[in-house]
Amino acid sequence: MTSTFSADIALILPELILAVGALALLLVGAYRGEGSSRLVGLGGMAVILVALFFTACAGTGETAHGFNDMVVVDGFGRFMKVLVLIGALVAIPMSVDFLKRAGADRFEFPVLILLATAGMMLMVSANDLITLYVGLELQSLSLYVLAAFLRDDARSTEAGLKYFVLGALSSGMLLYGCSLIYGFSGTTNFSDLAKGIATLGEHGAGIGLVVGIVFLVAGLAFKVSAVPFHMWTPDVYEGSPTPVTAFFAAAPKVAAMALFLRALTTPFGEIVAQWQQIIIFVSIASMLLGAFAAIGQTNMKRLLAYSSIGHVGYALVGLAAGGEQGIRGVLVYMAIYMVMTLGTFGVLLVMRKDGKPVESIADFAGLGRTHPWLAFVMAAFMFSLAGIPPLAGFFAKFYVFISAIEHGLYTLSVIGMLSSVVSAFYYLRVVKVMYFDAPEGQLETPFPLASRVVVTVTGAVTVLYFIVPGPLVAIAGAAAKTLVR
Amino acid sequence: MTISALVFYLFACITVGSAVMVISSRNPVHSVLFLILAFFNSAGLFLLLGAEFLSMILVIVYVGAVAVLFLFVVMMLDVNFTELRQGFLQYLPVGGLIGLILLVELLLVLGSWTVIPDAATFAAARAPDIAAVSNTDAIGRIMYTQYLLPFQTAGAILLVAMIGAIVLTLRHRPGVKRQVISAQVSRTMKTAVEVKKVQPGQGI
Repeated sequence: MTSTFSADIALILPELILAVGALALLLVGAYRGEGSSRLVGLGGMAVILVALFFTACAGTGETAHGFNDMVVVDGFGRFMKVLVLIGALVAIPMSVDFLKRAGADRFEFPVLILLATAGMMLMVSANDLITLYVGLELQSLSLYVLAAFLRDDARSTEAGLKYFVLGALSSGMLLYGCSLIYGFSGTTNFSDLAKGIATLGEHGAGIGLVVGIVFLVAGLAFKVSAVPFHMWTPDVYEGSPTPVTAFFAAAPKVAAMALFLRALTTPFGEIVAQWQQIIIFVSIASMLLGAFAAIGQTNMKRLLAYSSIGHVGYALVGLAAGGEQGIRGVLVYMAIYMVMTLGTFGVLLVMRKDGKPVESIADFAGLGRTHPWLAFVMAAFMFSLAGIPPLAGFFAKFYVFISAIEHGLYTLSVIGMLSSVVSAFYYLRVVKVMYFDAPEGQLETPFPLASRVVVTVTGAVTVLYFIVPGPLVAIAGAAAKTLVR
Repeated sequence: MTISALVFYLFACITVGSAVMVISSRNPVHSVLFLILAFFNSAGLFLLLGAEFLSMILVIVYVGAVAVLFLFVVMMLDVNFTELRQGFLQYLPVGGLIGLILLVELLLVLGSWTVIPDAATFAAARAPDIAAVSNTDAIGRIMYTQYLLPFQTAGAILLVAMIGAIVLTLRHRPGVKRQVISAQVSRTMKTAVEVKKVQPGQGI
């Protein structure tokens, strides 16, 4: 446990690079004034790339604890951090064109993305309830500001305010849970908690500790937008600027899911029976709500919000199953979901009609005739989100459900499959509107380059994933092994 | 012994009493003043516990800075607090019921508690030996060594709050006079001072 300070610093090098980079870029922006957003944006991407390099390549690849066991760096954390960094890396260029047209291309945007990412990285490697909380708040506070970034737009400010108020409520619940856990165990540290709980035996955790865990799960469920703590999602997704929504659906969700997995499996792995039923309930409720509530939506961003609630439900199936295989399923799911959702939002971001960004499903009418390639990629994303083989989304669902079946959670799997069928309805409706409805109006061309690149790359990954599904699953499997010992 | 007990009850009673007054007094300025009283008495409680550093910090930071800031804000903002409180009675039954249910549930939880056997060891392991170091030293070691990382991250959170406040509210209005240092420095006597010959007995 006695590690030197320099070893500790080396452990959180990617986080430090992000934080220091954000400070430097803030200074650049403050001195260069208005119009430095492009420079700061490029700088932000460079900082994220450096952090990505150090996350993926530096270190021995072994599990290491630092800062008096406050953080842990392991294969699981590295996998999730790479996903988070990719999500953040894509968010900056995708936002440039949108924000410029909205008259809000300010240099604080990339800086806030960097700080939020630093918070997410800290969440992923948290090994203590205190680190968990400060990381979560660093992330959330940046996201509240990003949601309200178009401050002259009523919907954007409303989204920011709603997110802030409900986020504060969920933080309160989370903290209350943490305090109960601390009160009944005398420690906030995950390793100590695991040791202490191991002395209690299978069912001896006591009501106090379990109530603490319930509050903790409630707070975390809010952050991943799982039912019954999902109320904020559609409003915030709809109101926020589209590139911010794309970012919300990708990086923070991955980070919060990583936190969810680690906070439940590391300290409370011994008392699975106590929290498994909560996860099963949350998972079933999310899948069903995601499937049924999205049917009536006409706004694409709201539809994607409900779809993301549903997908969180599917990912939680893996956590409910638990074990190495279940965790691997969640990791694969989050990776593929992130690619699909970034691609879908990329399509939304390239489309503009009459000087306004396209948001309603009706605006997709006739896309198959006017822009066949874009329609094809969008159709691929929709089929993939619905989980139809041979697209990537099918494999994501496959791995979580197979782990659930092997752990004997048949009811959960059957409900999951059924809700997946129901949700296919609204994904396919988008495809139907694109190919069988008459086109209305013209899309503005040329499309913004960054979003086009994102759509192309994510589209290629989604369509061609079935050729080499092995590597991702192998990496995720190795990562899951480090979490479940 | 009895004296310290008496002092404790004095401080505790005044703290609770002034806390009640903070939320119940009609005049917001009175609320802030009662808040200051509550802070002072809690500082006294800390002193009784032997935490002299915390007690002084409470007086300096909370009374000296935070409460005075509150006072300024309350006096400057013209908020109609009676209007804010209008819904209070209307929501009281439901809110009270929920609070009561929560209280009962908490009592049930506390009634059947089992603490992890090692809890005391875990709690003691993180804190320095209080017999060996002064309590200021102990707080310093816990905050800046043991929990350095969360402490620094909390600083980053405050930075985000600052950036957020600026991003969401700062507007560059045209026609505002600002200090331009280069223009100030490059002024010469010719542009800055005008010399007039004034004849005796006449105005300018």
